Amino acid sequence: MDVGYFLKLLLSGLTRGSIYALIALGYTMVYGIIKLINFAHGELYMLGAFTGLIVASLMSYSGINPVLSLIVATIIAIIYSSAYGVAIEKIAYKPLRKSQRLSALISAIGVSMFLQNFVLLFQTSDFLSFPNLIPTFKFLKPVENYLSSAQVLIYICTALFLIGFTILVKFTKTGKAMRATSQDSKMAQLLGISINKVISFTFLIGSAAAAIGGVLISSQVGQINFYIGFIVGIKAFVAAVLGGIGSLAGAVLGSFVLGLVESFGTGYISSNYEDLFAFVVLIVILTFKPAGLLGKSEKQKV
Amino acid sequence: MKIKGLLVTLLALVLLAGCAKDSKDAPIKIGVPGAQSGDLASYGIPTVRAVEIYAELWNKKGGVLGRQIQVLAEDESCKPELATNVAAKLVGEKVDGIIGHICSGTTKAAMGIYRDAKIVAITPSATSNDLTDSGEYPNFFRAIAKDSFQAVTAAKLVSSLGFKQVAILHDKGDYGKSFATAVKDILEKEGNVKVTLFDGITVGAVDYSAILNKVGGAGAEAVVFGGYHPEASKLVTQMKKSNMDIAFISDDGVKDDTFIQVAKEFAEGVYATGPQDTSSSTMAQEAIKLHEEKYGEKPGAFFLNACAAIESLLKAIEIAGTTDYDAVRKALQSNKFDTTLGKIGFSQTGDPIGVEFTPFQVVNGKYVEVKY
Amino acid sequence: MMNRVEILKKSAINAVIGILLTFPITVIKVNTIDQEITWRWYMMGLVGAVVLIISFFWIRQQERQNSGSTFKFNESKLGLKYHSIMSKPGVTKSVLGSAVLLIVLIPFITTPYTTSIITSALIYIILGLGLNIVVGLGGLLNLGYAAFFGVGAYTYAILNMNFGVGFWLALPLGGIASALFGAIVGLPVLRLKGDYLAIVTLGFGEMTRIFTENSDKLTRGASGIANIPKPTFFGHAFGYFGSTRYIYLIAVALVIIIIFIVWRMENSRVGRSWVAMREDDIACESMGIDLTQSKMTLFIISSAIAGVAGVLFAAKNTFINPQSFTVWESIMILCIVVLGGKGSVRGVILGALILILLPEYLRAFQQYRMLIFGFLLIVMMVFRPGGIIQNVRKIYKIEGEPTNE
Repeated sequence: MDVGYFLKLLLSGLTRGSIYALIALGYTMVYGIIKLINFAHGELYMLGAFTGLIVASLMSYSGINPVLSLIVATIIAIIYSSAYGVAIEKIAYKPLRKSQRLSALISAIGVSMFLQNFVLLFQTSDFLSFPNLIPTFKFLKPVENYLSSAQVLIYICTALFLIGFTILVKFTKTGKAMRATSQDSKMAQLLGISINKVISFTFLIGSAAAAIGGVLISSQVGQINFYIGFIVGIKAFVAAVLGGIGSLAGAVLGSFVLGLVESFGTGYISSNYEDLFAFVVLIVILTFKPAGLLGKSEKQKV
Repeated sequence: MKIKGLLVTLLALVLLAGCAKDSKDAPIKIGVPGAQSGDLASYGIPTVRAVEIYAELWNKKGGVLGRQIQVLAEDESCKPELATNVAAKLVGEKVDGIIGHICSGTTKAAMGIYRDAKIVAITPSATSNDLTDSGEYPNFFRAIAKDSFQAVTAAKLVSSLGFKQVAILHDKGDYGKSFATAVKDILEKEGNVKVTLFDGITVGAVDYSAILNKVGGAGAEAVVFGGYHPEASKLVTQMKKSNMDIAFISDDGVKDDTFIQVAKEFAEGVYATGPQDTSSSTMAQEAIKLHEEKYGEKPGAFFLNACAAIESLLKAIEIAGTTDYDAVRKALQSNKFDTTLGKIGFSQTGDPIGVEFTPFQVVNGKYVEVKY
Repeated sequence: MMNRVEILKKSAINAVIGILLTFPITVIKVNTIDQEITWRWYMMGLVGAVVLIISFFWIRQQERQNSGSTFKFNESKLGLKYHSIMSKPGVTKSVLGSAVLLIVLIPFITTPYTTSIITSALIYIILGLGLNIVVGLGGLLNLGYAAFFGVGAYTYAILNMNFGVGFWLALPLGGIASALFGAIVGLPVLRLKGDYLAIVTLGFGEMTRIFTENSDKLTRGASGIANIPKPTFFGHAFGYFGSTRYIYLIAVALVIIIIFIVWRMENSRVGRSWVAMREDDIACESMGIDLTQSKMTLFIISSAIAGVAGVLFAAKNTFINPQSFTVWESIMILCIVVLGGKGSVRGVILGALILILLPEYLRAFQQYRMLIFGFLLIVMMVFRPGGIIQNVRKIYKIEGEPTNE
């Protein structure tokens, strides 16, 4: 077996995995608190990418240097995606907190359809080239064939988010409130926790992560259209479920498993069935571990 | 109440439908079905415009056989299930000819309906081999060369560039895959060039490094890709970024200026096959000018093919002296027409004669014809 | 309860928020190719107006629902009149009779185009009824329903291409093939709950599509299968117009048969166990209902219905390719069920008619179709989670003295 080839595929798998992870983290974060699959999470990623592109283009056409425009574009993308995230929660999910989970999921599908077509109608259906905003890091010169600066940033962000979110949830007061809301929202409310604020905050940081993902990943891929969020969103969703939805470490693990499966599947079998491998792994894992790799199976109380 | 109202409306509709006469002064109706909304609208709208421009031109000259031309544009968003409904509508309208459909899938879905209703259809853009090779649709013609022709050009280019080992990729779609398969078959038959990898990529994936590693591992000197420009530009960008310096050869779906605009500097040196560039001919220039005057922008994809299609159809009706199906069909097959694509004719199976493919290469941000 | 002025004030604030929120997407249009920026300032007014109006009605409706003063058809004047007319002896029968007559007459008094699109709607009614069994009655979310539809369509297409099997033989075979597929999918699915179930069915749906796209020999891959014959009448083939009418009538017959089956199922022991399962699966299990078996029958029957619809779809269109069976198709069918009313047969029929016929007749509306559908899904879930026509649970009243039997 060719070791070099194996390593290259491993690296490809990790690259994909890190991209999925960046989005899956937001997915799982929201799920952890309100047990809702935010089907529209991918759309927040897409909106982040579009906002970033618009701002970056505005700035670059007026001759502002790329690093500054990258920073400003990312910040504005974060602001907008978070605002969309919070607004979506208020409009489409909050009124449904007490109803069946199925209703909330269908509402989320509605949000996803709405946002995709919103961008399609008001922007364009064509692919737009996304400017390469990320400067080339000099220290990457020796390995530039394998690792781009965007990839390095994606890895760093994934790691930062994983660590940051974990600290937030485990060790801060807000985190305690989040966990309380997750376990028993009624009880949390009685104890003086403003669950509305907690939930809004969760959507805010989840969407912010998606926006950063949108800008970074689009810089890496080089083009965007209204549909990118749906495709990546589904994969991130699969990754989150694979790892055990609701678990932060699980989301990252699931993403890397998914990325590696796709990469090795492509490398050693055929790229024809790339997506098939992803879903087969999902079904196999859920058959043996119905709550995912790191998910805790909940005991149902009667 | 409601039922009564509905009944009245229905009755009125029936009566109205009965009123339409098949008289000699009635306009000649040309149906233009295709994608006019949704994400593929940019492929369908230029055709509608082409037909409208030509209808206007002919109408000014007094129409065809003294009858005015009426254009009926119908949208099917490139969805087969909508295409059959649209086809039913056009058949119900008793159209005399069809310019369309745009996508191969919808063309396959609708062509049977036109065949049974005895209506001639000329597509400006559906290139699937089956449409003519199957022999199922005697009413079908096209003003674009079929996929396998394109593959011949691409295969010839591969051998003339002196590659010994190539990897062939496709986007798993109807268009890309049949192109890729045809290239593979030709190369394997000729035996000079070895196909070391044949695989499909997933549209919309965020990263293609795994498949590109595979291409590298297979020792390919060139990649032949069947598909459209978004995937092509992602592949090319990623190849260049990781310093994979091998040639990239693709099809008409990539021979689109959008590809260069999206892939930017990475597009440099990419080969793509496309229909011979006839846009410098006087007829084409005229059509483009009319389009710019009427719509205030440059025409889009397949505009010249659509112009050629409508021109041939109208001339054939004129030659036949009637809109009768058999006569028009015969006129199309036995005559040559001066069109925006040059002098073209149609074979017995409906494929165009005189519409050739040539290879192009991106040089300094523009597609230029390459000699081989 | 807020008065109108207060609502208007709140809506105005929402409109401002809406303008700010949508600003980059609606106002700025970047042309990255020519490096041009178009500022569409008028969009701000447009967005503001739309948000203001929607917000006004949204808040008003919310207020009304909170105070319980919502519009109830059955208690309104019109509703009372409707019931008083319908309860007169013979009226139901004559209305139903004339409706059936009208439905049967449609292909003979309208254009083939109308017949053709109503047939499409009828196929979606069948699909809606099938999915309704799983989603509406069983409370299980199936996001891969289009795959079962596809299995039916491909069964007919493949059997016909290779063995010349006709429509009438393919109709039950398509149903059986799809049911078998449903059983295979059901095995792993039945262990899962709620959201996991949704993602796994979505996965199966996508897997089926990818498989169809890639198996060139069996399904002819992405090229699709063309020239699928239309149904014959005891060996007699119709011309184009005749067969359009004929397929329409077959579709009507199938819809009626399936409504009948669903109606019988709903009121059977199995049907009640489904509803019980939807409401509370643990209580249901403790009552001695075999959940696995009950879910399995649910899945299989629903799949079989989709399979039948698929055969009809293939026969109507004469061409199929994998693009007709994507996730969005599944979501579309889900929209029909949800919009019309989960669990209600009349609701599903209404949902299919709205979702299929409306965009067909309002071409200008086509572009905004998906946008509006997305919005409608949200509105429905927020204000009327039961759909337009809500399923009324049968209430059994025991009148008079209970007697010992």
